[in-house]
Amino acid sequence: MTSEAHKSHSPVCDSCPVHHAANLLKLGVNMTDWDFVVALAGNPNTGKSTVFNALTGLRQHTGNWPGKTVTRAEGGFDYGGHRYKLVDLPGTYSLLATTMDEEIARNFILFGQPDVMVVVVDATRLERNLNLVLQVLEITDRVVICLNLMDEARRHGLQIDHRRLARDLGVPVVPTIARYGEGLDQLLQVIADIATGFSVSKPHRIQHLTPALQRAVSQLTAQIESHYPRLPNARWVALRLLDGDQRIAQAIQRGELSTLSSVTEDQPVIDRSQ
Amino acid sequence: MKKRGETTAEDILQTAKALRWEIGGNIHEKLVEAIYTDAARIADRTVTREGVRPRFDLDHSIDHLVTSRIWGFPILLLLFTLVFWITISGANVPSRIIASFLIDTIYPVLSDGAANIGLPWWLSGLLIDGMYLATAWVFSVMLPPMAIFFPLFTLLEDFGYLPRVAFNLDNIFKKCGAHGKQALSMMMGFGCNAAGVIATRIIDSPRERLIAIITNNFALCNGRWPTQILIATIFIGTLVPTHLAGLISALSVVSIALLGVLLTFIVSWFLSKTWLKGEVSTFSLELPPYRPPRILQTIYTSIIDRTIFVLWRAVIFALPAGAVIWLSTNIHVGGLSIAQHLINFLDPIGLLLGLNGVILLAYIVAIPANEIVIPTVLMLTVMVAGLQGVGAGAGVMFELESAIGTLDILNAGGWTLLTAVNLMLFSLIHNPCSTTIYTIYKETGSWKWTIVATLLPLGLGFTTIYLVAQIWRAVAFVL
Repeated sequence: MTSEAHKSHSPVCDSCPVHHAANLLKLGVNMTDWDFVVALAGNPNTGKSTVFNALTGLRQHTGNWPGKTVTRAEGGFDYGGHRYKLVDLPGTYSLLATTMDEEIARNFILFGQPDVMVVVVDATRLERNLNLVLQVLEITDRVVICLNLMDEARRHGLQIDHRRLARDLGVPVVPTIARYGEGLDQLLQVIADIATGFSVSKPHRIQHLTPALQRAVSQLTAQIESHYPRLPNARWVALRLLDGDQRIAQAIQRGELSTLSSVTEDQPVIDRSQ
Repeated sequence: MKKRGETTAEDILQTAKALRWEIGGNIHEKLVEAIYTDAARIADRTVTREGVRPRFDLDHSIDHLVTSRIWGFPILLLLFTLVFWITISGANVPSRIIASFLIDTIYPVLSDGAANIGLPWWLSGLLIDGMYLATAWVFSVMLPPMAIFFPLFTLLEDFGYLPRVAFNLDNIFKKCGAHGKQALSMMMGFGCNAAGVIATRIIDSPRERLIAIITNNFALCNGRWPTQILIATIFIGTLVPTHLAGLISALSVVSIALLGVLLTFIVSWFLSKTWLKGEVSTFSLELPPYRPPRILQTIYTSIIDRTIFVLWRAVIFALPAGAVIWLSTNIHVGGLSIAQHLINFLDPIGLLLGLNGVILLAYIVAIPANEIVIPTVLMLTVMVAGLQGVGAGAGVMFELESAIGTLDILNAGGWTLLTAVNLMLFSLIHNPCSTTIYTIYKETGSWKWTIVATLLPLGLGFTTIYLVAQIWRAVAFVL
């Protein structure tokens, strides 16, 4: 299992996929015929399915999440000579894993390590939607924000400075009107840029923690980093443990976290299979 | 790799545990607060609003109103009264049309056809007078209200009102040791308890889900509304002057429904203090934006997903019930039909409880579907009271055109106001119908909890009507 996990993990170059094929298989996604896996997250009622349908067209099918009664849609598209698998995660308001939907979405993002996370955001409800975005950004930095329903926002007299938003969040933001296909070309381009490692993000981290919580997070993060030097989201794991998240504690006990890794230059990955 | 450094996985968990104690307080809340603060800051910097902002203000003021401490519950009551009123009055006409088609048009054709092909009388009786008529009845009484209620309910859900209801009721349910989302499954139970039991899937904790499943039966379902309305109209409505009759009988039905809600709270509280002890799980309930509902799509999906699904199960159970009714009134042992023997046996118990043997037998026969209680009661009463010239013969379910005709029959059967009140109470508080029992078994996978969910309301119902009967008679004696 471990060696297989590492085999799928041979990012000798920046442009190679980072997704975790072995874990993805457990999550019901077979990556044999695909180059990259893109996950689609977002609050309910943001037009997530519209984006999904617009990107995949007829190349899609639905099933269930393994062992769950929650339906899942997945599909695919080709772009720039690469084959992308698109997985629609359940619509959630949060990733704090209090419901089955949230747990499914969270586990996919954490253990599946998708090459690109597209978070569909309702432009008319930016504040509410950002709660989810900020939580996603704690887990992965390979994020694109699809700022959807821009027409509705305009109709309600809202002006959204998407460049400012991109700067604040530290990840690309693409304004779209998915219903009419507007902005989807650009969305595909940005997805490809992140998948191939062409653009690198510096995502926002949750700031307004109380001093006591901040100290605790730093202390625990340091310990987690020394145990899992390649883990891309040690701070988030620390936050989850402090919140008493049983699933994450279990992942630590079972050693699931040690199979996850980030791809950065200062921590070269040793490919054991060679 | 794992040997690197001195820390082990266990150390990390230990540190986390120690730090959790050190920080104290509600870490989850602090974390959520930090995320919300960040989100608010960023949104504030990037979004500018020009001119008037009708939608934002409208949403806010609607929320302010429907979740307010003072207006929240009256509005909730008003909206649901409206939904029930539309359901009850709107279902009348299509119910009658379907009934006249299935019973007045199809039924004679079937009977004649059976006679023509020389089917033995007992077989045509069993199949046509028993099974066919029971199914026809369920169709005509259940289909129209479900086809109206479910889409209306789904529209409210789609519009974004239901999460606000859960928000309003969350606190009460939490105080009862149950989950706030139980408010939603209870609402669904007002349409159909089987659907309500399925709706408890939205509750993740098994303990709280069981509480929601067991208490769902106290939400008065569609099958029981007709009983309540008919009995309230002919017994309670006739007590007051004509111009008040409609209002008073409607109010008595609404109070029965409210009693059901009250029982939901009391039984939930009781269960969470006894067999189902445990922590109340918190959940963050986001109030989603109000959206204009997609009416056609909603009607389509709610009819396909809910109405047809529930109706199909009801039909499956109505077929054997029809056969049982017909057989029990047509098989004679020692000069009396089996039904008559059972009524004679049940009469003393029934009278003690302020009901009578006919009603108890009707409830036993109607375990498959509450819809057939009233027709069974009427049919059995006609038979026992020996009325001539009414009804269509032994074992044939029928519905009388006028409420007054029904009153005459029931008076002849020895009914009093107490019988009516207790029938309304017992209709609210008794075992779930077999469709619901089957659904409970499918959902919990446990015989034990299915039995609890079946017998607990039955016991409670018997106790209630027994007490009401004793007090009623004591008061009547003193007066």
